[in-house]
Amino acid sequence: MLALYEYTAGRLAEMLRTKETSSVEITRSVLERIDAVEEKLRCYVTVSPEEAVKMAEEADRRLAAGDGKPLTGIPIAIKDNMCWKGHRTTCASKILHNFHPPYDSTVVRLLKEEGIVILGSANMDEFAMGSSTETSHWGPTRNPWNVEMIPGGSSGGSAAAVAAGEAVVTLGSDTGGSIRLPAAFCGVSGMKPTYGAVSRYGLVAYASSLDQIGPIARDARDIALLLNIICGHDPKDSTSVPRDYPNFSNSLDKPVKGMKIGLPREFFDKLEDPDVNRVMKDARQIYRSLGVSFVDLSLPHLDYALAAYYIIAPSEASSNLARYDGVKYGFRAENFDGMIDMYCRSRAEGFGAEVKRRIMLGTYALSSGYYDAYYLKAAKIRTLITNDFRKAFEECDAILCPTAPSPPFRIGEKMDDPIQMYLTDVFTIPVNMAGLPGMAIPGGFSSDGLPIGIQLVASHFEEARLVQLSSAFQKETDHHLKRPSL
Amino acid sequence: MDYEAVIGLEIHAQLLTDSKAFCSCTTRFGAEPNSNTCPICLGMPGVLPVLNRKALEFTVKMALACNCRINEFNRFARKNYYYPDLPKNYQISQYELPISENGFVEIETSQGKRRIGLTRIHMEEDAGKLIHDETKPVSYVDLNRTGVPLIEIVSEPDIRSPEEAGAFLRELRAVLVYLGICDGNMEEGSFRCDANVSVRPKGEQALGIKTELKNMNSFRFVERGLQFEIDRQIELLKAGERIVQETRLFDSATGTTASMRSKEYAHDYRYFPDPDLLPIRVEPALVERLRSELPELPTEKKLRFVNEFGIPAYDAGVLTASRELALYFEETVKLFPKPKMVSNWIMTELMRRLKGEEHGIDSCPISAEQLAALLRLVDEGSISGKIAKTVFDEMFDTGKDSSAIIEEKGLVQISDQGELVEIARKVLEDNPSEVEKYLEGKTKLMGFFVGQVMKVTQGKANPAMVNQILMEELKKR
Amino acid sequence: MKITTEQVEYVALLGRLALTSEEKKKYSAQLDDILKYMDMLAEVPTDDVEPMAGPVKLFTPLREDKVEPSLSVEDALRNAPAVAGSSFRVPKVIE
Repeated sequence: MLALYEYTAGRLAEMLRTKETSSVEITRSVLERIDAVEEKLRCYVTVSPEEAVKMAEEADRRLAAGDGKPLTGIPIAIKDNMCWKGHRTTCASKILHNFHPPYDSTVVRLLKEEGIVILGSANMDEFAMGSSTETSHWGPTRNPWNVEMIPGGSSGGSAAAVAAGEAVVTLGSDTGGSIRLPAAFCGVSGMKPTYGAVSRYGLVAYASSLDQIGPIARDARDIALLLNIICGHDPKDSTSVPRDYPNFSNSLDKPVKGMKIGLPREFFDKLEDPDVNRVMKDARQIYRSLGVSFVDLSLPHLDYALAAYYIIAPSEASSNLARYDGVKYGFRAENFDGMIDMYCRSRAEGFGAEVKRRIMLGTYALSSGYYDAYYLKAAKIRTLITNDFRKAFEECDAILCPTAPSPPFRIGEKMDDPIQMYLTDVFTIPVNMAGLPGMAIPGGFSSDGLPIGIQLVASHFEEARLVQLSSAFQKETDHHLKRPSL
Repeated sequence: MDYEAVIGLEIHAQLLTDSKAFCSCTTRFGAEPNSNTCPICLGMPGVLPVLNRKALEFTVKMALACNCRINEFNRFARKNYYYPDLPKNYQISQYELPISENGFVEIETSQGKRRIGLTRIHMEEDAGKLIHDETKPVSYVDLNRTGVPLIEIVSEPDIRSPEEAGAFLRELRAVLVYLGICDGNMEEGSFRCDANVSVRPKGEQALGIKTELKNMNSFRFVERGLQFEIDRQIELLKAGERIVQETRLFDSATGTTASMRSKEYAHDYRYFPDPDLLPIRVEPALVERLRSELPELPTEKKLRFVNEFGIPAYDAGVLTASRELALYFEETVKLFPKPKMVSNWIMTELMRRLKGEEHGIDSCPISAEQLAALLRLVDEGSISGKIAKTVFDEMFDTGKDSSAIIEEKGLVQISDQGELVEIARKVLEDNPSEVEKYLEGKTKLMGFFVGQVMKVTQGKANPAMVNQILMEELKKR
Repeated sequence: MKITTEQVEYVALLGRLALTSEEKKKYSAQLDDILKYMDMLAEVPTDDVEPMAGPVKLFTPLREDKVEPSLSVEDALRNAPAVAGSSFRVPKVIE
């Protein structure tokens, strides 16, 4: 018999409809689980148990009144970079350690309208800059499968919480792999939707042209349920795309027979890790058995994506993070001499090392005399990468590739080697550069028992196809059903 | 050696939209600091901008009125610099792809007509306000103004004198006000001007080293600031010294400019396309609609006034300086079709009173109908011009109709032949020695007799009739 | 060297970051490594390529010019580290 916190959102929603349980019971079960394992894992920045129970009570009233929506009463955690009115939203940074937004982000508004129970905010790399959730001002989150290991980042808290049962589902954000990488490293499913499919209003910006909110959950079905809530046009976000978003749950049981999956050689040429290679081979085998055919293809500019990303993202970040200056909100240094010194000290004391590194990198790339060689060059290469993908999708329905070059690594292992850390995102970044939807699902385990994810990528606004492919995969496999012992 | 000045102006004009450029806060300024702010204009984490349609349309109107080319595809860029009145520490502006380029305006100067080129007109957002404490080392930040839509108008370095700069600014201001897109108030900062100034030997083509002048918040200060800076630069060059490229602040108290050496101004703006806003498309159909909505602009109107009403160019210039004044003039002429007389009355009596009370025509207590009625009474001879001026002042003070004032004060002109003859005879009888001298040939005394009649009638006698009657009565003697 | 310590100092001032001399050394070395890695971009011919500012191929939407309520002054200032009356308080800005 599973405890309530171990079920998927889809299953719990059924149980709520049949009155087998209540939202308060589910919420209490998850809160007890948080009490039991949070100290070990540090998935959260802030948990608000009293408020969660109140929201659960309200959800139960709604359900009793027959006013429930598909996920009414299901407990969720949001990443600590999504503004929730009146609740501390810190981006895991000292500079926002006490920031209480006076407004709701659009995703939080949508969750509230659905009647979802918000448990609190999940830990992350500071300002979503990182691949390991080690740069958090609140300390690192640990991988539930092995607490010596990183959970991946930057949405490490969100992914680890789902894996550990500290939330039923969560929201993360993905700028260069920040949903898919931790989902893969924690053995759960995570999707970065198409850029423009989910409103960014209220998502604290890291790199505006790359950031996208997406769901993290135990299976494709829960991913679809969350996409149904968060995808949609928002007039408050000028980059939000107006279109009819489908009911993603309708794709869960569609057969994949006859679909064509592309295997870009640039992804696989680089693959050295034997475990990851094995998992990828197994995945191909499963899809083949489902009647999917494969096509080898090339994305010639893929090798430049990482370098271009580490110009564009820091450039945008250097500007997005300029507002943290100790004037309107957040941290202000205690001792300073005049206005400029107040800025410099507040920012130096308020930001961590990785954030400062990226601010300087981005400032440099935009500065007089370097703009053409760095920012402009990278923006042009971004066009080439996007064109590569467009051509690839003329030949296939989706792309299959690894999520990360290796299984999760040790805490501290790459902290002093930025480039090695950046290379963790080498397979996820190209997807953000082109604004495509990408999904990571559990594909197997390393010889050390650590999760390894596979990645599926589709053309713009083809999230439904990713739901279809991942659901088909999960019907054939049980990797997503495995739970870490804590 | 003779020097000439080379001046380019950068003008910022606040647009008269109801809400801000990228959020829905009001643009009206509350008395309380930070009362018109929201997460977006406060630059809070996570917020995003959405462009105000009116701000775009107003900018296109100005660009069309200034003969600019509209760039169908343009975009916003971020201008990055730290300043406490700029909450995001970047300003949403336009850089590589502005909404409009390559325009011009024509101005009249003492040297005749000149065309001043416009490099560009682009959209951006305003910053907030800083108040510096007089006694403590602190400043206070009020972000009510933050995010109010602005247009920046950048001229070519085509201006050669402070006088031309003044004429150019007045012309731009008149166009903005005519379009109804800016109130043009320089003192309150809704219309602001910075200048780039350099000097060079006359005949030289290459540009000299320029300085940037700021803090000139009236037309007069712009002209004074420029003159001071030009003189300063010429003196430096004559003394064999070099001009330092820098930003200088005009001090209205001393009429001088001084260097602003703060390192806050070491700028490297790092412009790049704003990823929170997509490219802007100004559809040709929108441009055509806005073009068709353009009102008659000051220059065209002035020309029409000269041709249609036969008034002097100078008068036409004064009357068209504001759209409301021109409208007032035209409405009055419609009711009383003697344009020269209307123009004279507006330019002398009305302007005198408006200036004294520091009123604009929109707050003039005398309506066009009331003015026309007054002028008709003068024209018909019901009252003399002199009395009309008294009546006018009374109208201005009370807002009453001329007929009511004339009746109340008994100011109607005496044009009764019998009454006037009687008065004339009495005057002649009372002044026998003057009559004798007149009859001996001292005809200049006619003025004396007229004056006496006027004195008796308190100025109400019809002057033309008085002359005629006196002449006849004297002949009889 | 792709980036000198002086350039790091300049960039840190532009980005308003106070750095210790140790940090300057560390960041100079790290940024240098990163910029060397970026060198690979130079080998891609991009003369005829349009730069891409973002993935959405639409034009910016326009909002109607309608006023909506602002925050209360209290909410606007609630998160501020230093306030005086209804204003944010900062060290004196010298002009």
